[in-house]
Amino acid sequence: MSQATTAETKVWGGGRSPFNVSYGKMMMWFFLLSDAFTFSAFLISYGTKRFFSEVWPDANSVFHAFPFMGHADLPLLFVSLMTFILIMSSVTMVLAVHCGHYGDRQGVTKWLLWTIVGGICFLSCQAWEWTHLAHQTGGLWGTFVDPATPVDKFEHFFKHGTITAANTTAALEASHSFYNYFFTITGFHGGHVASGVVLLIMALINTVNGTYDNRGHYEMIEKVGLYWHFVDLVWVFVFTCFYLL
Amino acid sequence: MSDVIIQGTSTAHTHDAHGGHHGHEHHEQHFITKYIFSQDHKIIGKQFLITGIIWAIIGALMSVFFRLQLGFPNETFPIMEKFLGEWAKGGKLNPEFYYALVTMHGTILVFFVLTAGLSGTFANLLIPLQIGARDMASPFMNMLSYWFFFISSVFMFVSLFIQTGPASGGWTTYPPLSALKEASMGSGLGMDLWLISMALFVVSSLLGGLNYISTILNMRTKGMTMTRMPLTIWALFFTAVLGVLSFPVLFSGFVLLIFDRNFGTSFYLSEIFIGGKALSHIGGSAILYQHLFWFLGHPEVYIIMLPGMGMASEVLSNHSRKPIFGYTAMIISLIGITVLAFVVWAHHMFVTGMSPFLGSIFVLLTLLIAVPSAVKVFNWLTTMWKGNIRFTVPMMFAIGFVSLFISGGLTGLFLGNSALDIHLHDTYFVVAHFHIVMGVSAFFGMFAGIYHWFPKMFGRFMNNTLGYIHFFITLAGAYLIFWPMHYEGIAGMPRRYYDYSAWESFKNFESLNSFISIAAILVFFAQLIFVVNFFVSIFRGRKMTTQNPWGSPTLEWTTPINPGHGNWEGDIPEVYRWPYDYKDDGNGNDFISQTTPLKPGEEAH
Repeated sequence: MSQATTAETKVWGGGRSPFNVSYGKMMMWFFLLSDAFTFSAFLISYGTKRFFSEVWPDANSVFHAFPFMGHADLPLLFVSLMTFILIMSSVTMVLAVHCGHYGDRQGVTKWLLWTIVGGICFLSCQAWEWTHLAHQTGGLWGTFVDPATPVDKFEHFFKHGTITAANTTAALEASHSFYNYFFTITGFHGGHVASGVVLLIMALINTVNGTYDNRGHYEMIEKVGLYWHFVDLVWVFVFTCFYLL
Repeated sequence: MSDVIIQGTSTAHTHDAHGGHHGHEHHEQHFITKYIFSQDHKIIGKQFLITGIIWAIIGALMSVFFRLQLGFPNETFPIMEKFLGEWAKGGKLNPEFYYALVTMHGTILVFFVLTAGLSGTFANLLIPLQIGARDMASPFMNMLSYWFFFISSVFMFVSLFIQTGPASGGWTTYPPLSALKEASMGSGLGMDLWLISMALFVVSSLLGGLNYISTILNMRTKGMTMTRMPLTIWALFFTAVLGVLSFPVLFSGFVLLIFDRNFGTSFYLSEIFIGGKALSHIGGSAILYQHLFWFLGHPEVYIIMLPGMGMASEVLSNHSRKPIFGYTAMIISLIGITVLAFVVWAHHMFVTGMSPFLGSIFVLLTLLIAVPSAVKVFNWLTTMWKGNIRFTVPMMFAIGFVSLFISGGLTGLFLGNSALDIHLHDTYFVVAHFHIVMGVSAFFGMFAGIYHWFPKMFGRFMNNTLGYIHFFITLAGAYLIFWPMHYEGIAGMPRRYYDYSAWESFKNFESLNSFISIAAILVFFAQLIFVVNFFVSIFRGRKMTTQNPWGSPTLEWTTPINPGHGNWEGDIPEVYRWPYDYKDDGNGNDFISQTTPLKPGEEAH
């Protein structure tokens, strides 16, 4: 008997979770680790391309529009708003998880709703930005491949005065790669946000129906929360790589 | 963090409650929920195994077809036309389809047989049984893992029958061949289906891997500390870790490839002319794909090898009636292999024009893998040393595994050196190396596992005589097929050529090639002996009469002969000692089960 009791008090002794987490949360952590590798592979591919390019589009020159502001030059203002929305939605997610700990169904419902609103706002912003850029470039993927493209079609993506006759070919190629990576990676991230919103809506329906009250715990909210924070964290990296660096 | 025992079926706390539930497991289940959409890990393991066997037959048959071409380039084989139709008109293999066969042979054997069929089978079967759990952490996700594999298989299978043939750019599907639909016949629809199938395969592997990891960490029975786990479980654990961390990178690579194929991007494509016409792609790098691919591709080698290593450790110890030598060293070397697996990928790319300085770093890291590998080999040999060896069929295959692992591993030292690799790259030396070490050796690990755990799976034994015949033909055949290939490779004979008789420098290998082909065909038929033995034994095999036929201390043999869903009737046994306690138990047995408490004064291992 004495052995059994010592085994029970040992964290790794079997018969219990060594990390005090359920299998579901552990799976979510490992899934996020795996997903982090997916995004890393994308961002590293983007990084190598950019590193080996002679010239690269300047974020301040590419991302300077704001809805309903006409041609006003507002560099990075819109993306700052998007980032702010996404980070705020992480805050409301934290509050939802917090309410879940106390079994406060109304609190969970309220904060989940706000998180969903935040997610949808972010996606709408992204939709606007994509449309705007596609309008500027003449398509989403696969633009700027024709060597005969006039230089005034793409020189405004670069810092003023950097494009000369010597580097127009490189600039065309850089514009092509920049937009290919931009739409692929932000699209992949947007897909994650969209599936996060779907998960949140499912969690909201379950909360409203009292499923988690019957279950006795709101762990599902925590798991969705983990995913949501991860997507937020990935955005910080995507944001840094495309808009800041 | 309080020290609470958390909720869920995952802890011993709730086992008692569940014991009652599983007690009346005898109610009739419908055939579909019991055998098709089953959530029982044992059934899912069998589903993986049988699907794997079917794929193995298809993949091996393909090698028979292209070996006929390689061995007898001037002959025709009308029987091929019966199987392949238009692709082998008049009994002569179409050159385009030769590439398709080689590509599919690689894809099928690497992914569908030796990844899903191997770790899918044994992780599912052994993890809950050997750590003392009722089932996987999430039986539902486990079921999905199989069915994603199944759908992925369907896509790959369908691609064999389309008019333009399956993907034919090699199992690594390097761009630009794989990225441009007009590049070759298989680059069109065949390649699309290949990508869909592999994307589904990644999902299957991820669902499975997450389950294996959380089950091992969270659901060990009371007393089953990490260092009381059998080495099979350690090996399957690291296999799952490798899969969870490397497949997503491959997935990213596939996503970029899909965009290049369908949406006009140039991630992998630089300026290319086809038929004098410039394609609308600029500035990409085909080498980028190789980096992304081999970041999976190399860990994949260990995903294939580790389960075999784990099972060989178990089988060698059990049938030598001796504790495994260097249990901790075995675990540390598994960790070493897992870590190194992620930092050696570029040794597949020495000839891509990478910096020789970078190459030398990858040489160093690659050769470092020899250390943990050698530790394992010496431990296997010393486990058998002075053991009371029983030359049973699983034991024969485990010994064969060690033999092949040494033979194939040593040639890895040649290839790991970038200077030598410049000469040996893409020759038959490489073909010989990886077929011996991750092909046949991994298969021997798998066979050892199948023969050893067949009684646990089906409550019957496989036929011994057929097993020995299978073993000897396969071992001799494997060396006869692949040993000569080393010489061909050193002589510079490149792989993936359709007809070597057209080259003055390789003409002299004609008879050697015929010899290899004959050996390969014989070995193929020897595998059919195994297949027949396997399927007949399920229904007609000698019945198991005792719970523990091999005299093994591990937990899976404490379950009933035909365990129901839930594995143990009543409570899950508690564990008190390590899994290799082969010693006199005082009652005339030469092993002590893990469930036996330590005797007064007895020291734990």
